[in-house]
Amino acid sequence: MSSLTTLDRPAAGPAGGGRTGQGSLKREARRRRGAITLFLAPFFVLFAAVLVAPLGYAVWLSLFSEKSSGLGFGGSQTVFAGLDNYLDTLADPAFRDGFAVIAGYCALYIPLMIGGALLLALLLDSGLARVRRFFQLVLFLPHVVPGIIAALIWMYLYLPGVSPVVGALESGGIRWDFLSSDKVLGSVVNIALWEWIGYNMIIYFAALQAIPREVIEASTVDGAGPVRTALRVKLPMIRGAVVMTMLFTIIGSLQLFTEPMILADASAGVVSTWTPNMFAYTEAFSKNDYGQAAAASLLLAALAAGLSYAVTRFGARRGA
Amino acid sequence: MTRPASLSRGVVNVLLTVATVYTLLPLTWLLFASTKTLNDLYSSPGFAFADFNLGANLSAVAEEGGGIFFRWYLNSVLYAGGGALLGTLISVMAGYCFDKYGFRGKEKLFGAVLLGVLVPGTATALPLYLLASKVGVVNTFWAVFVPVLVNPFGVYLARVLSSGYVPGEVLEAARSDGAGDLRTFVSIALPMLKPAFVTIFLFQFTSVWNNFFLPLVMLSDHNLFPLSLGLFSWNNQGTAFPEFHTLVITGSLLSVVPLLVVFVFLQRFWRAGMTAGSIK
Repeated sequence: MSSLTTLDRPAAGPAGGGRTGQGSLKREARRRRGAITLFLAPFFVLFAAVLVAPLGYAVWLSLFSEKSSGLGFGGSQTVFAGLDNYLDTLADPAFRDGFAVIAGYCALYIPLMIGGALLLALLLDSGLARVRRFFQLVLFLPHVVPGIIAALIWMYLYLPGVSPVVGALESGGIRWDFLSSDKVLGSVVNIALWEWIGYNMIIYFAALQAIPREVIEASTVDGAGPVRTALRVKLPMIRGAVVMTMLFTIIGSLQLFTEPMILADASAGVVSTWTPNMFAYTEAFSKNDYGQAAAASLLLAALAAGLSYAVTRFGARRGA
Repeated sequence: MTRPASLSRGVVNVLLTVATVYTLLPLTWLLFASTKTLNDLYSSPGFAFADFNLGANLSAVAEEGGGIFFRWYLNSVLYAGGGALLGTLISVMAGYCFDKYGFRGKEKLFGAVLLGVLVPGTATALPLYLLASKVGVVNTFWAVFVPVLVNPFGVYLARVLSSGYVPGEVLEAARSDGAGDLRTFVSIALPMLKPAFVTIFLFQFTSVWNNFFLPLVMLSDHNLFPLSLGLFSWNNQGTAFPEFHTLVITGSLLSVVPLLVVFVFLQRFWRAGMTAGSIK
C-alpha cells in the first residue's frame, strides 16, 4: 500500500518540469480523474446493472402481488401488497421447513467441514506426511469438478442397484438407504463435503505454512508433543483463515440448491421446496408468483448478509 | 523415541490415504461407468470393467439430439472462457485502480465491492431473471454472459495482488517518461500483473463453468445451454428413458476431463489466488 500515494502527486519528473503552472496542475488532475473513471467504469456499470438494479427491482416487485379478479375471468391485476409477501413467505410452513432443513444441514456440515479440513491440513503440516504434493493435489481435485456433475456422480453412488457403495455395505450386513427421507440430508452433506473439504484444507495448509518456524520450535523445546503443538500453537495462529472459510461456508450453505435438486428425482425425501432457494425457484417458475419469489430471495440475501456481518464481527473481536 | 514417532507417522499417512481414497472413489467410478452398457451399469461391479463399451457410449453422446452435446461444449467455452477473459480484465483494471490511485470516497466504493462478494450468487440470480424478463433479454446468450463479467472477488484479489506485484516506483518512472495512464497500465502494469491475471481468470473460469443456477433460470432454448444445464436436462429424461443414464455418465466424464487436465498444469495459480484471498 506504500505505492498508493505515488500517483496522487502531480508528476514532478522531467516531463512535467517545463509546465508547472496552475493550469497544468488542473489539467493533470482532470487527466487523472479521467483515468480513474476509465479503469473503474466498466466494473461499476456492470455491478449496478447485474447486482444493484436487480436487487432494487426485486424490492419493488416484492411489494406487489397478483390478484385474480372474481371468478378468475378477465385475468389478474397487480395490487400493492405492502409487506404481505414477506409476511406470507415467513408464515408459509414450506418456507420455514426449508430453514429447518438448512439449520440441520449447517449443524451437520459446518463442524464436519471445518473440523475435517483442519485435521487434514494439520496432518499435512505435521512433518510426518509423505508425498505431500500428491495429497494436496488429489484432495483439491473435486473443487474443479462442477457441482452438478459431483451431484450426479454421487446420485448414482447412492442409487440401490447401481451403487457399488450400497452393495458393499449390504454385503457387510449394513442396510443404508442414502435416499430415504431421514438419511438424505446426510447424503447431501456428504456431496458438499466431497466438493469443498480439499479447498478449505489448502487454505488452512497455506496459513499453517506461514507460521514462523521458530514459534513451533519453541513449543517443541518446551516439551509439547505434535498434537499439543497443533492445538495450542498452530490452531490459534490461523484463526483468521478459519473465520474466513466459515463465512464462505455459511453463505454457501444458505444457497443450497444444486445437490438437492439432483437428488429430488431419486429421493422422496427431497420436495420442491426443500431449501429456501428451491422455495424461491418454485414460487417463480411453477407458481409464477414473482412477488413471493422476490420476497423469499431478498429474505435469504438479508439473512446471508446479516450472518456474514455477525461472523466477521465475532471473528474480529476474538482475533484482537 | 523412534517407536512412537514411527507409529504416528503411520497414523498420519493412513488418515491421509483414507481421505485420498474417498476423494478419488467417485471419479474412479465415473471412469469405469462410462465404459459400460446400460445393462452392465446395473449388473456389473462398480469398480471393474465389463464389456468395453466406451466407443459406443461416446458416439451415442455425439449423436444425441443431432450433436447438441458439442454445441453445449462450445457454449460453455464461450460463457466460461470469454466471460472469464473479459471479466478478469475488468476486475484487474478496477483492482489496479483501487491499489494505485487515490480519490475521494475510494474506501466506501471498495466497501461496496466487498458487499458484492458477500451477497450470495443464487440470491441475486432470481431478481436478475425478474429484471431481465422485464427488459426482454431472458433466454439470450447475453442473459448468461453479461452477469458473469462481474466478479467482486476478482476486484478484491486484483487489488491485493497489484500492491504485491507492481512497484509504485516503476509507474512513476513511466509517468516521468511521459507515458499516459492507459499506456502505463497496458504496457507496464499489465505484464507485471500477468500471474494475477491468470489466477483471477482460473477462479472465474471455474465458477462460470460450474455455474448452474443462472443458466437454469435464464435459458429455455436448448441451443444456448452450457454443459451443466444440458447434462441436467438429459438427467431429467433418465426417469422416462433409461438410456439417458449412459449419456449423462459419459457426458459428465467428457466435461470433467479437460478441467482436471488444466488444473494439474495450472494448480500453482489456484493456490496463489486462494492464499492471496485469505490474507486479510
